[in-house]
Amino acid sequence: MLDMYLPIVVLFVLAAGFAAFSVGAATITGPKRFNRAKADAYECGISPTPQPMGGGRFPVKFYLTAMLFIVFDIEIIFLYPWAVSFDQLGLFGLVEMTLFIGTVFIAYAYVWRRGGLEWD
Amino acid sequence: MNDTVTALGNEPFWLVAAKAVFVFVLLVLLTLFTIVFERKVVGRMQQRPGPNRVGPGGWLQSLADGLKLALKEEIIPALADKPVYVLAPLVSAIPAFLAFSVIPFGPEVSVAGERTALQLTDLPIGVLFILATGSVGVFGLVLAGWSSGSTYPLLGGLRSAAQVISYEVAMGLALVAVFIYSGSLSTSTIVAAQDDLWFVLTLPVSFVIYVIAMVGETNRAPFDLPEAESELVGGFHTEYTSLKFAMFFLAEYINMITVSALAVTLFLGGWQAPPLLSRVEVLSTGWFPLVWFLLKVVAFLFFFVWLRGTLPRMRYDQFMKLGWKVLIPVALLWILLVAAMRVATDELDREQLLLGGGAVVLLVLLASALIPDKPAPERPADAPQAALVPQAEGGFPVPPLDLSVPPTPRSLARAAVAPAGAGAGTDPAPTPEEASP
Repeated sequence: MLDMYLPIVVLFVLAAGFAAFSVGAATITGPKRFNRAKADAYECGISPTPQPMGGGRFPVKFYLTAMLFIVFDIEIIFLYPWAVSFDQLGLFGLVEMTLFIGTVFIAYAYVWRRGGLEWD
Repeated sequence: MNDTVTALGNEPFWLVAAKAVFVFVLLVLLTLFTIVFERKVVGRMQQRPGPNRVGPGGWLQSLADGLKLALKEEIIPALADKPVYVLAPLVSAIPAFLAFSVIPFGPEVSVAGERTALQLTDLPIGVLFILATGSVGVFGLVLAGWSSGSTYPLLGGLRSAAQVISYEVAMGLALVAVFIYSGSLSTSTIVAAQDDLWFVLTLPVSFVIYVIAMVGETNRAPFDLPEAESELVGGFHTEYTSLKFAMFFLAEYINMITVSALAVTLFLGGWQAPPLLSRVEVLSTGWFPLVWFLLKVVAFLFFFVWLRGTLPRMRYDQFMKLGWKVLIPVALLWILLVAAMRVATDELDREQLLLGGGAVVLLVLLASALIPDKPAPERPADAPQAALVPQAEGGFPVPPLDLSVPPTPRSLARAAVAPAGAGAGTDPAPTPEEASP
C-alpha cells in the first residue's frame, strides 16, 4: 500500500532538489551591489509607508470568507464518499443527502440574507 | 481497486525513478513551451509577431529569460521575515510538481520489457490528492505576501488566499457529479469510465463550473486580481527577484498545466483518442495516446491564453459574487439533479417515477409561492426620455453636452424609494432634468 506513495516521494525529492538548488544558486550567480534604497519596501518610488505595529488590521471580510470556506469544504468532504459509493446507497443515500444539502442550503440562504456574501 | 492500482505498486525502483524524471522534465519543458506559446498567441491576437529572436522561431525565449533571471541580483527587503521569505517560493513550487503525479497520461506500454501504465502512481484517492496539493500551494502565496514586509505583497497575498479558497469550493462541488458517474476517486478509473462517452457530454454543467473555477484557482486573467498591476503592482511577488521570482512563475505555469490535465482527465477522456479515431488500434494503444493527452492539454492552455487576450480583468466584488452566489448554488442543484436522474433510471419503475416527479414539481411550486414578489421599481414618468441618447439634427447620436452621466435604473429605483426630502441633498444621481440637454 505504501509502495504507491514511493513515486510521489521520488518526485518530491526531484522537485525539492531542483527548487532548493535554483534558489541557492541564485545567490552565487547574481551580482551583489549594495544600495540601501534597494532594500526598502517597494512602493512605486515614494518612500515606503511606515508599517503599523503587529501588521495592522484587516477587513473582517477575509476571516468571514475563511469561515464560509470551512463550512462548504466540510460539506464537500461529506459529499465525496457519498458520490463514490452512490450506486450502492441508491435511493436511501439520495434522500439522506438531499436532507443534508437542504440543511446547509438554509444556512447558506441565511448568510446571503444577512449580507455575509456581499463584498463592499 | 482495479488491476493497474496493484500493478503500479510493485514496480522496480529504476522504473519508478525513470517515470518521476519523465514527469519532472515534461512539466519543465511544458512550462518553457507555454510561456513562449502564450506570448506568441497573445502577440498574434494583438497583431504583432511576439518573441521571434532567440532560437528557431523564438522558441528558446523563455529559456533565455530563465538564464537571465539567474544572473540577476538577489534583493531581500530589510523588513522581510527572512526564513519565511526564502521558504515561500519552495512551498509554492514543490506542490505544483507533486500534483501531476496522479495524472494518467497514457495506457499500458512496455518499457525495457516491463509492462507499465503511463502514470507515476495511481492512488485510490487520486483527485483528492490533487486538490490537497493545490491547497498547500496557496500557503506559498500567502507566506510570500506576508513575509515580504511590504504593503502591496501583503494585500496581494490576502486576496489570492480568499480567491483560491472561494473557487476551491466551486471546483470541489463540480467534481462530485464526476465521482457519481465513475464511482471512484482514482484518476485511471475515471478515464476508464469515459470509454464510450466523455463526461463533458454527460455532465456539461459540471464541466463549465470546473473550467470557470480552474481559471479562478490559478489566478489567471480575467481573474488575476492578486496581481492586478494597476492596484497592487505585482501582487504577492512584488518584492521577489532573481530565481526566487522564477519559482513563483514556474509554479503558476505548472498549476495551469495541472488543472488543464485534470480537466482533460475528468471530462475529456484523458489520454483516450477522440470517439471515432478510438476504433483505430494504432491511435489508441501503446505510446500514441500520449499525443492525444498533450494535444488536449495544449488546447486548454490555448483557452487560458485566449481568455487573457480577450477579457478585461474583473472587479473583486463581482468576482467573489460570481463564486459564492452563482457557482456554488448552481453546482449544488446540479449535483442533486444528476443524483436524482441516476437513481430514477436505475431503481424506479414508471409509476414511481411519475409519482416522484409529481412530488418534486409540487414541492418546487410550493417553494416558489414562498418567494416574495419583488416590488417593481417605480420610474418617474419622464425617465425613459432621460436615458435616451440625445439626437443631433442629422439624426446622429451625440454625447450629452453637459457631461453628466445618465441615471442608471438602479439609482433611479433608489431615488424613488428614498424619502424625497432626505435624499435630495446628497444623492449623486442626476435628476432627469439635469441629464437631458
